[in-house]
Amino acid sequence: MLVNIKINNKCYTEDSALTILQVARKHGIHIPTLCYMFHEETNLEHKPASCRVCIVEVKGRRNLVPACATNIVEGMEVLTNTYKVVEARKSVVELLLSNHPNDCLQCSKNGRCELQKLAAELGIRKIRYDGVLSQKNVHEEKYFVVKNPSKCVLCGRCVAVCDKVQGINAISQSLRGFKTKISEPFKCISCGQCIQVCPTAALTQSKSIDEVEKALSDPNKFVVVNTAPATRVALGDEFNFPAGSDVTKKMVQSFRELGFDKVLDTNFGADLTIMEETHEFLERLKSKENLPLITSCCPGWIKYIEQFHPELLNLPSTSKSPHEMFGAICKSYYAEKIGIDPKKIYVVSLMPCLAKKREASREELQNDGLQNIDAVLTVKEYAEMLKMHGINLATLEESDFDSLLGESSGAADIFANTGGVIEAVARTATKWLTGKVEDVNFEAVRGLSGVREATVKIGDNQIRLCVASGIKNASIIMDKIKKGEAHYDAIEIMACPGGCVNGGGQPIRSDMAQIDVIKARQQGIYNIDKNKEKRVSCDNEEIQKLYNEYLGNPGSEKAHYLLHTHFKDCSKD
Amino acid sequence: MCKKINSKEELLNLYNNVKDILEFRKVESESTEKYHISVCGGTGCSSSNSLEILEKLKYWAKECGVENKVEISITGCFGFCERGPIVKIFPDHTFYTKVKPEDAERIIKEHILNHKVIEDLIYKKENGETTAKQDNINFYKKQHRIALRNCGLIDPEVIVETIAAKGYQALAKCLYEMTPEQIIQEVMDSGLRGRGGAGFPTGQKWKFARASVSEKKYIICNADEGDPGAFMDRSILEGDPHSVLEAMAIAGYAIGANEGEIYIRAEYPLAVHRLQIAIQQATELGLLGDHILGTDFSFNINIKYGAGAFVCGEETALIHSIEGCRGEPTIKPPFPAVKGLFEKPTNVNNVETWANIPVIILDGGKKFAEIGTEKSKGTKVFALAGKINNVGLVEVPMGTTLREIIYDIGGGIKNGKKFKAVQTGGPSGGCLTEKDLDTPIDYDNLVAKGSMMGSGGMIVLDEDDCMVNIAKFYLEFTVEESCGKCTPCRIGNKRMLEILNKITDGRGTKEDLDKLNELAHFIKDCSLCALGQSAPNPVLSTMAGFYDEYLAHVEEKRCPAGSCKNLLNYKIIIPNCLGCGMCARNCPVDAIHKTDKFGKNPRLNAYQIDPAKCIKCGTCMSKCPAKPKAIER
Amino acid sequence: MKTNKEMFDELDEFIDSLNCNPSELIAILHRAQSIFGYLPFSLQAHIANKLKISPAKVYGVVSFYSFFTMVPKGKNVINVCLGTACFVRGSDKILEKLEELLHIKNGETTPDGKFTLTSLRCVGACGLAPVMQINGKTYGNLTVDDVEGILAKY
Repeated sequence: MLVNIKINNKCYTEDSALTILQVARKHGIHIPTLCYMFHEETNLEHKPASCRVCIVEVKGRRNLVPACATNIVEGMEVLTNTYKVVEARKSVVELLLSNHPNDCLQCSKNGRCELQKLAAELGIRKIRYDGVLSQKNVHEEKYFVVKNPSKCVLCGRCVAVCDKVQGINAISQSLRGFKTKISEPFKCISCGQCIQVCPTAALTQSKSIDEVEKALSDPNKFVVVNTAPATRVALGDEFNFPAGSDVTKKMVQSFRELGFDKVLDTNFGADLTIMEETHEFLERLKSKENLPLITSCCPGWIKYIEQFHPELLNLPSTSKSPHEMFGAICKSYYAEKIGIDPKKIYVVSLMPCLAKKREASREELQNDGLQNIDAVLTVKEYAEMLKMHGINLATLEESDFDSLLGESSGAADIFANTGGVIEAVARTATKWLTGKVEDVNFEAVRGLSGVREATVKIGDNQIRLCVASGIKNASIIMDKIKKGEAHYDAIEIMACPGGCVNGGGQPIRSDMAQIDVIKARQQGIYNIDKNKEKRVSCDNEEIQKLYNEYLGNPGSEKAHYLLHTHFKDCSKD
Repeated sequence: MCKKINSKEELLNLYNNVKDILEFRKVESESTEKYHISVCGGTGCSSSNSLEILEKLKYWAKECGVENKVEISITGCFGFCERGPIVKIFPDHTFYTKVKPEDAERIIKEHILNHKVIEDLIYKKENGETTAKQDNINFYKKQHRIALRNCGLIDPEVIVETIAAKGYQALAKCLYEMTPEQIIQEVMDSGLRGRGGAGFPTGQKWKFARASVSEKKYIICNADEGDPGAFMDRSILEGDPHSVLEAMAIAGYAIGANEGEIYIRAEYPLAVHRLQIAIQQATELGLLGDHILGTDFSFNINIKYGAGAFVCGEETALIHSIEGCRGEPTIKPPFPAVKGLFEKPTNVNNVETWANIPVIILDGGKKFAEIGTEKSKGTKVFALAGKINNVGLVEVPMGTTLREIIYDIGGGIKNGKKFKAVQTGGPSGGCLTEKDLDTPIDYDNLVAKGSMMGSGGMIVLDEDDCMVNIAKFYLEFTVEESCGKCTPCRIGNKRMLEILNKITDGRGTKEDLDKLNELAHFIKDCSLCALGQSAPNPVLSTMAGFYDEYLAHVEEKRCPAGSCKNLLNYKIIIPNCLGCGMCARNCPVDAIHKTDKFGKNPRLNAYQIDPAKCIKCGTCMSKCPAKPKAIER
Repeated sequence: MKTNKEMFDELDEFIDSLNCNPSELIAILHRAQSIFGYLPFSLQAHIANKLKISPAKVYGVVSFYSFFTMVPKGKNVINVCLGTACFVRGSDKILEKLEELLHIKNGETTPDGKFTLTSLRCVGACGLAPVMQINGKTYGNLTVDDVEGILAKY
């Protein structure tokens, strides 16, 4: 129903289903917010109306009302910037600051903190109120998430994302009143989505910069980096590139500037994953056992199924994730090839993801006593490192990946997007079953919605596929499988909504909506794929060479030793 | 016991058969043929062993062979808790106060056997006059009992007594003679407003809930009486649980709900126990459950427990708590009438509100509206406590003045001290002072005076009470009970409390008073729920009424009421000192010693206090026998 | 004394009787606390598992309501009423005296597990103010001097 309202004495006619905040934003009227979050990718509007920053005056109402949670009604007259409103907002922020450590200069969110920004915007020059801090100013690290409870403003965004988007509900508000705090995590999967939505430094990620710097300065270490598909369209965000820009070549150069011995590509590992996983899939199809096959390159998802659905652990592909495969090959075949003692090789992964840090520390992901991966840097973390060294990505020249373990097909790039892994499997499966791929673009599995289903023809088979991103969607599908209601041959699951382009270690842009950032990155990835000469993993010549010279065939004993893993029941953790 | 009642006629027949039970108690007479003894089983009296009195009475009745001549039962709260345990004898209406278990023998032997009033157990006025009859006691004279009509009259654990008191007749009338719209109109006509706090018109609330279209709706009884010092809801539930059940069923019929929830504090075990019995008995008689009174209307009631969170008295928080969640309020609108329990339309009223409904239906809304003031109809129950002679539950018509309540009913201030203020509305309310004593009490007048009705706590304060300390007491409560969701309440109230602590510790400044005032207004304007919005009221109203006292704390570092310990400074005035040493002998920390000076007694050395050792307990001052006292603070 | 298994069976039976409905969480926690005496993490996790909800949610609820405790209570539980009626008649002084005699703060349990000292808001016996309850028995019209004698009975 359309209603007439006034905001700051100007008339608007809008739908009564909208809130004051929505109408104001639509018309470019600025109302600051803090606890409010519109998670457009999952259509979650988080509006607890608790921070009270967005309060406005409504004529006839005794109290100031929160714009985020107040629907417009006929004849409503709203004032967003009166003296009373501004004073009240200042009081809100001053109170928050009175319960916040005053250490902005050393804070890891310095310059990107929403509370800091609000204080600046409202011109706060002194804090009228002082008193004790409700929580200790300490850093507590668990599952690679670093928590500083004293910096928490209790906006509840982390809880909302964990519960409503991921369906895990690992954390909740605990205690009450002044002592209220976010609880310890139970069964966290380290997806990092909570960190992504935290307005302050209450939740940040654990960092490996120091270890990597130490390895780089150690003359006895041969430091190799591999960069995940989703990193190349996101690193530019930190250096004023338009969202979704492909900065692959500048990124490669940046590693050279920092002194990495070799700059290689996780994409190589992705193509290798497709070889093993497609082989596994076709075997399972043939035997009709352990179907549907579920992809396993997302470590957040794997931790989830291990903790919540251990009875389904026969379904995920046993193939290691791309960077783990990369690491295993790097410290075996590659070491042999370049004649370096594998013990000296230090493999760093640049990842869009926090859960990759946890994956890298899994004890079964090692061969011959060497952990496959030595350190994981997220994109955010790497940008920090570059800036620390005074390296501006924008002004760097371009450079290509080093050879051997540097080549990749377009099928590897699309691992970054939801639907990409399954599309890559489809390409190789088609090639193997029919000898050619007429159309490499399996558009049916692309998109951004949380769950997508498609049936594709591969050879003579009608293959039923399902793609889900966001753990909440994954849990719906797991429940369907348990009830026998899921009729799929293969399922791809990524923990983060939209896939790795929206991973928990990716930069956050403050200048545009996250959904547009995700779309731009997805598009950037598909463009890279489109422009690649080779689009199918099995066409990768370095991969072919690896099998010919070293592994034999996909699924061979050696391939199993180096490239496959197993999962464990963690429901009691 | 009784079989299911299947129609209005059957209910009336039962009523006619049993009504004599109460007629006997209601009509006062000096007949000695038969007796009924009611022992108060309310929480106050049972805390002082009233249940043991009951047992002893039964024992002695048997022992003396009069068990057929006298019925003995428990009943709900008489309200006169100050003089509890109460035992009342019918039909002569003798009102025994402060009865002890060992008095049971005398009551049976002297009163029942020999028809003699036991003089030392009857009520004694402050002036020494005694009166044996309840109706002659000033505490009861000005009361008008509607919500408490059956408390102290019936045995709440025996449904027949409720039936004899016309229980469930209003429900029968609704189901057989009235449409839902007529019921709502009757409630609107009564002018009844919510007794839980804000005073929203009850009929309006029902109308909104009825207007919401939904297959499932809920009725909730808010029995989460968390206001420290208020116990009217508990007394109603303990003394007359059926009045609440009946009213909920009526509302269910009126708005189209067939399920009711009673959300009750876990700290009220006796009320829960009586409710459970009442629900069971009413269901057995077909007055609750399926096909009530043989009609198509069904209504079931469940009991849900609170778990110690004051904020759950706020209706949205209460609903979340019933849903098994943290009791955090959410913003209104949407109101529960549109989206309440499990997202379904829900009507929430508090216990006292419910207790009025059957009377309104039976006697008509217009009749109810004759009582009270223009905008506040009917009566209000107050829990009168603090520095007052007659602590207890009182129900008075709206518009009664504070003076009437405090002096006529309450018997004035304890120990002859001077009246200072009365706090109403609990942690959400404020303090009224001397100048407000003649203000007729109703919702709007209280708000205009910076307080509020709240649930009806009324705490009387005397000259020894420091108003800064009282404000601090309430704020401490709110800070402890804040859910922590919104910034103003979570941090703002804490900061206010810190400022108040500074002031009572003697570290406050004038600037702190301004900050306090600023913060208080901000919190009032910007908090999410009514708890937060009203939290600053105790501070604002004490600042308005007693600013001098605040000033004395910050400017002179002095607490005029002598209650803020850190501002006290005990001193011995040597010329007045008798040298008796009482103070030194009683000092718990050995801070008082002889001097070489002499005071009143030239042979005994005077004493002095070592301020470094003194813990300001005040023992010395209370023990000093000198007149005037040789110790001042 | 019930065995651990018997206690869990009793709780599970109760939860089953409520059809494992998560909206009955508070009733379940009340029952669990009455069976076990307190609500340790492991018990909360057990309840979460039965109700198929997150332990974080259960913990959020347990820690919100003051009635629930995560530490075992002492043999004798002392509750001092801090309702307004009792406060203005000096119940804060009673509490102070108890703290002094027991050498613990409000909310704590003595090291020997004999006493737990807590406060509550209004037991509804304002006529007897100030009051305290020990194991449910009410002591009214208290003075500071009464406290030691009452404690000696336990």
